[in-house]
Amino acid sequence: MKKLRKPVYAAAGYNTVSFGSGRREFHPKKPRPGLEEYISEAGKGVIAQINDVNNIDEGVIGNFMAARFNRQGNLPGFIPFIDPALEYRPCTRVEGACGSGGLALYTAIKTICSDLADVVLTMGVEVQNTVKAIYGADILAGAGHYKSQRKNGHAYFFPGQFSDRAGTCYEKFGYDYMRKGMAHWYARAVTNARKNPKAQEYHNRIEDLVAAGMTPPNPKVFCDHLNVYDCSKVSDGCSALIFASEEGLQKIGIDKKDAVEVVGFGQSQADVTRLPEDRTRLTTTRKSVEKAYEMSGLGPKELGVLEVHDCFTIGGLLHVEATGVVGYGEAAGFVAEGKTAIDGEMPTNATGGLVGFGHYTGGTGVRQAVDLLHQLTGKAGDCQVEIKSDRPYGMLISMGGNDRTVTAMIFRQAA
Amino acid sequence: MTFDERLRNVSVIGAAGKMGSGISLLLAQEMAKQKLKPENKNVPYRLNLIDINEIALDGLMSYLRAQLTKAGEKTTVLLRDLYRDRENLVENYDIIAAFVDDAMSVLRLGTDLNMVKNSHMIFEAIVEDKNVKVDLLKKLDRLSDKDTVYFTNTSSIPIHVLNNEANLGGRIIGFHFYNPPAVQRLAELIAADRINPELKDMSLELAKRLRKTIVPANDIAGFIGNGHFLRDGLYAIREAKKLAPEYTLPGAIYIMNKVSQDLLIRPMGIFQLIDYVGVDVYQCISETVSGYIKGEDLKDDLLAKMVEKKVLGGQHADGSQKDGFLKYEKGRPAGVYGLDKGEYEMFDPEGWSGEIDKKLGAYPEGTIPWRKLLMDPKKNEKLSVYFKNLNASDSLGAKLAKAYLKNSKKIGEFLVETGVAKSADDVNSVLLNGFYHLYGPINDYI
Repeated sequence: MKKLRKPVYAAAGYNTVSFGSGRREFHPKKPRPGLEEYISEAGKGVIAQINDVNNIDEGVIGNFMAARFNRQGNLPGFIPFIDPALEYRPCTRVEGACGSGGLALYTAIKTICSDLADVVLTMGVEVQNTVKAIYGADILAGAGHYKSQRKNGHAYFFPGQFSDRAGTCYEKFGYDYMRKGMAHWYARAVTNARKNPKAQEYHNRIEDLVAAGMTPPNPKVFCDHLNVYDCSKVSDGCSALIFASEEGLQKIGIDKKDAVEVVGFGQSQADVTRLPEDRTRLTTTRKSVEKAYEMSGLGPKELGVLEVHDCFTIGGLLHVEATGVVGYGEAAGFVAEGKTAIDGEMPTNATGGLVGFGHYTGGTGVRQAVDLLHQLTGKAGDCQVEIKSDRPYGMLISMGGNDRTVTAMIFRQAA
Repeated sequence: MTFDERLRNVSVIGAAGKMGSGISLLLAQEMAKQKLKPENKNVPYRLNLIDINEIALDGLMSYLRAQLTKAGEKTTVLLRDLYRDRENLVENYDIIAAFVDDAMSVLRLGTDLNMVKNSHMIFEAIVEDKNVKVDLLKKLDRLSDKDTVYFTNTSSIPIHVLNNEANLGGRIIGFHFYNPPAVQRLAELIAADRINPELKDMSLELAKRLRKTIVPANDIAGFIGNGHFLRDGLYAIREAKKLAPEYTLPGAIYIMNKVSQDLLIRPMGIFQLIDYVGVDVYQCISETVSGYIKGEDLKDDLLAKMVEKKVLGGQHADGSQKDGFLKYEKGRPAGVYGLDKGEYEMFDPEGWSGEIDKKLGAYPEGTIPWRKLLMDPKKNEKLSVYFKNLNASDSLGAKLAKAYLKNSKKIGEFLVETGVAKSADDVNSVLLNGFYHLYGPINDYI
């Protein structure tokens, strides 16, 4: 694994609200912001934190399916829309399903390392409430292989895929053990989201979250092995931050203590036409994590905070296992014992994760980077994790499809 | 002929009306489901939707398409399985669209009664007028087979009267859907004395297929639902008249509506409910039931005056509420009709209605809006606490509410005593399932 040829930093992060059902102000029949408003809000949110918009050299935007959700292509064109000063800057859109955000981060780093830019505005966006969930499921199914998988797939295609994973895990590790772990994952996600005013579950008032999470799945109306609480919701939102070189950071006037440094990352791609061979493991994710560990020379013991891609509670558990923080089959117990809490042994998804914060698919990887930036620079508000000096690192995992397109990335505070 | 064979050709008369359109939707869904079964692949299914109003039939077509789409969206898991052999149908969108097309292909819409020719089940949901219904039933019986059975949606006319006058030989049953039929879980089943026994079994099977809870009612005008609603509404009207000298009639209507909604914790106030049903429809029920029940005054001149002024309530084509006793803004009561001036007096929290609110007094502790309590698992517990506090309160509002509740209970008990309902449970079930009350009228709360 190659090392980074020069330091790369991230700073000036901004998340919009993750909007959708669950937010008090959400009404499916009332007009809502679109791509324009979200991209503009997040972009301006970043620009407000740097000294001069003219110092942005390039833009990259991650998005999954605007062409179908919003009938809109050519998303790079929305970067100059944020601010006229960005007109004629080089801009790129990247796509890797729900891992698009991770690819945007990866692309920004490569651009910095190529010396072609010192400051890259890095964004991720998705606006999905334009269609009902049952049709949204069709669109999101594009993260799998349409030709070989869609016809025989579940009405809710991705819940169906992860339901299959959950079912296999039930067989291997026992239903009660797994279900309890998944229910606690849900409860933890909402508990954290209630501390984050931008989270989709911020207004969640369910009294007994674990009991809700324990709801037995109902295959007649949903999936064989998942209940609705196991799933992240349909979300609209955008996240953005700056990736910069050493010079870039100085140029935009950001102090190193307000920035994080990329210490390692790994990106791995699996064949989209194939289904996972072992449903109880995330092998592509594991590969990306190993690459990130190798580049950084670190291991799970040095990590102080995690941001994993829990599009489903079962996915969250498998992600924690893929990081090596716990062994194979151990995550359900680890979570049920409260060890992923903000003040637990390995704080995970402290702002709610995909289940609690929300999941604007193509933007989630960028959202995770923004949240890690805030955690590692002490700006996470009520969701703040205590970052200890012997474990100063945070890792994110951004996943597209059923463990197909995966980026893992490790940061630490720059100074 | 089996039930399933009968279900292959069905007609609805008055299909474009408020009740008819809902009944049509329920039947269309069930018939489409049958049609999609592999064993019925080559069986033709026909649902004839007949109405005298051609324009309304256009609206019915759009309504059914929209509702069938919604039904498809809710049952996509099942539909994907039903269409698994259709290789070209891949996405949910394709499958739901195919389902809607298949369901719509069952429908035949028109104004011609001859369309019923091959139907073995006919649903009648026309105007609540005995003579018009009898006339229609006679015509239908001339046009259709001799074993055709009739389901009438009458809410007040005794079934034996329709049976005898149209000479149907026991082939008619009262199958009274609640409004809106596609949503309300309840159906009252009214069998006359000399009914064909098969028809009762058929009705129970039908209720199962359409997922309705059946409450049997005896064949006495008004049955259980309107038996209670009519008397409950008349009580409110008469109480309003008593309060009128002090508060004016609009003020008194405001009071009774507010008390019956807020302090009885009902989904809507009594005058709003009359408007929802339609002031003219309510008056028609009152006239009809009065014709069959002697020794009880079930009419009130206020209704006649409202109808004369053409202040009728009911719904606009888009489903929104028309003005009646109350004026509606964004679906909520915002004013009350003044018969003398012929115009609405808008609620004025700073003025007259605010003054009345003060006179009604503070609500008892534990007063919770109906909507909030509806899904509350501790609903009954909270109701007990609330009613205890209501009993202890002697505010004007509480006094009126207690008297109202006592009267509602009296009506319920009267329906049991006079044999309209078999039991208190049946009365309560109708009010719970058909009117979405949180508690039955026959209770120990007061």
